[in-house]
Amino acid sequence: MEDTGIGLWGVPLAILAGAIRVSTPFIFVSLGESMTERSGRINLGLEGTLVFGAMTAYAVAVMTGSPWLGVLAAMAAGAVFGLIHGWICKFPKVNDIAIGIAMMQFGLGLAFFLGKSFIQPVAPRLPSIPLGGWSDLPQIQSALNINVLFVIGALLAVALWWAFRNTRVGLILRVVGDSSDAARAMGLNPDTVRLLATAAGGSFAAVGGAYLSLYYPGSWNEGISSGQGLMAVALVIFARWNPIGCFLAALLFGGAGALGPALQSVGVTQGYYLFYAAPYVLTLAILVATSSPTRSLAGAPGALSITK
Amino acid sequence: MTIEANTPSLSQLSASNGNVRPILEWIARRAEPVAISLGAILAGLALFSIFIAVVGKSPIELFKLMYTGGFGSWFSIQNSLSRAAPLLLTALCVALPARLGLVIIGGEGAVVLGGVAAAAAALPLTGSVSPIIVLPVMAIAGMLMGGIWIGMAGLLRHYRGVNETIASLLLAYIAIALMNHVIEGPLRDPASLNKPSTAPLPPEYLLGNIPGMDVNWGLVIGILACILSWILIEATSFGFAARIAGGNVRAAQIQGLPVGRLIVGFTALAGSFAGLAGMIEVAAVQGSANASLAAGYGYTGILVAFLARHNPLAVIPVAILLGGIDASGGLIQRRMGLPDATVLVLQGTLFVVILLCETLYGRFKIFNPDLWKTPALKGGTV
Repeated sequence: MEDTGIGLWGVPLAILAGAIRVSTPFIFVSLGESMTERSGRINLGLEGTLVFGAMTAYAVAVMTGSPWLGVLAAMAAGAVFGLIHGWICKFPKVNDIAIGIAMMQFGLGLAFFLGKSFIQPVAPRLPSIPLGGWSDLPQIQSALNINVLFVIGALLAVALWWAFRNTRVGLILRVVGDSSDAARAMGLNPDTVRLLATAAGGSFAAVGGAYLSLYYPGSWNEGISSGQGLMAVALVIFARWNPIGCFLAALLFGGAGALGPALQSVGVTQGYYLFYAAPYVLTLAILVATSSPTRSLAGAPGALSITK
Repeated sequence: MTIEANTPSLSQLSASNGNVRPILEWIARRAEPVAISLGAILAGLALFSIFIAVVGKSPIELFKLMYTGGFGSWFSIQNSLSRAAPLLLTALCVALPARLGLVIIGGEGAVVLGGVAAAAAALPLTGSVSPIIVLPVMAIAGMLMGGIWIGMAGLLRHYRGVNETIASLLLAYIAIALMNHVIEGPLRDPASLNKPSTAPLPPEYLLGNIPGMDVNWGLVIGILACILSWILIEATSFGFAARIAGGNVRAAQIQGLPVGRLIVGFTALAGSFAGLAGMIEVAAVQGSANASLAAGYGYTGILVAFLARHNPLAVIPVAILLGGIDASGGLIQRRMGLPDATVLVLQGTLFVVILLCETLYGRFKIFNPDLWKTPALKGGTV
């Protein structure tokens, strides 16, 4: 590799770096949502959970000085949001999609309300691992400066993939998700399993929010999320409820999100705002390409309302 | 759902013991949604009061201010009505597809693009063409654009099986990016420095106020749209077919109803209402298309529609109520030192509680004449 600048190579490098940086919230939200959806319920409210998690993590990190305590607090808050969602959905005639929309608005409102006083102070950031030390190029060094949460997310994806297939808990989750009746016949209570799966999904989503406020972009404000929580729901469908698929899809989305800034850095400014739409267009295109009006999706949990 | 199916026929009514019973039954069946909705709103307000008390403020003072700011004076009533006007149209964007069983939450995108389309259609015509022609052209452009945008979600739903909730929301994000592109690029008025906008409309091309009020014509248009939508759903065969398809798609298909055309037609109509809201924002409030179009009317409209249980006539009072709550936000912020997000917390609480209360339907004996002590009018023994 020559030292004489990297020219247009900067674009794919910036996209790769962006993919790693931007994808972490997607990874956590989609892993959480894949657990919830595997149990046969959909939580559309993760956008609210994500933003509330971002606020909680930031506030706790400011007050205690420890970003990790912030992450823990966000997980607890996210679990509470998931418990509320799961508890409400337990009642007959309640629509889980509508409740998700309501919880999203509630979570956003509450986060903006409680987070008002934390817009000014600066919180300590989460640490990252400099994996690019072997290179002399500052671009590569910064691109491979990988946050700990990204690594944890990657490991979690593999762990969940393994657990879905090979553990008792994974089997219970899949049975409940495929057929409430079969689960009841096995002596399982589907509502309880879904309640716990939604709570776990909420706490994962809140970690995604903590990454936003404590690492990248690394501040708390009311525009912190640009729909990551919602796109992650679409992403889970694309990934066919497979955790490793979720991880790869999250990288793809992160890369799409980094396209605009990367092109701008090499002087392409035409249609800059259109590149902001890239992740959404990509999501929509993937949904269109992978959905079908006549059959339910391959690998879809049977009890999931969204695929019917 | 099956109110009509349970209602006794006329011959049964005349055979009943006295004239009071049928009237009572009629009232009981229709009182259920009103009573449960009001109960849910009260429960939501109670929860919200607890929250306000926990953060150390007086809920009573808050509700007083909310009343003063929303409906306490002629000035605040006009303010509330102005804020309700776009909500009427964006709520229809949710309520109409909901009758078909679709959850559309991307009305914000149709508002934004409807506004941009209206501005883009008007700008080449201003100066040479009379406002009497330009304003309808703007309305048509806004409605077409909004209709195409939300109709696309319906189209994808029916022909590709794409979930309409997620698709409509993604379309909303794409719409906002498109708007930013247009107002920062091709249609940007070079004179708009800090806040990129299209060139302002000359004053004679603006939609004026209702005579005697400081409220623009958008309110009248919104109320008319609600009434027309109600007639469409309740009194036309098109609306009847939509309600059947919303209840059971298979049954509708077996009956030979054109489910695909119904879905695309309803979503397009819904989107055109939201697009019209965008046009009114441009023609009556902003005077140009700019980022203020994405003010969240599309999202508040979701709440209005759900509170109104997707009944277009009920949308009118609910939109005015939420317009009032919205209007009081500033006063609460100034007098009580609460953040402006207080209104959002209240809206979110109401939304969650109202959906939770859906579970109460059919649980109260008093609303179900079939369970009254004397059996209902089913022709059996008394």
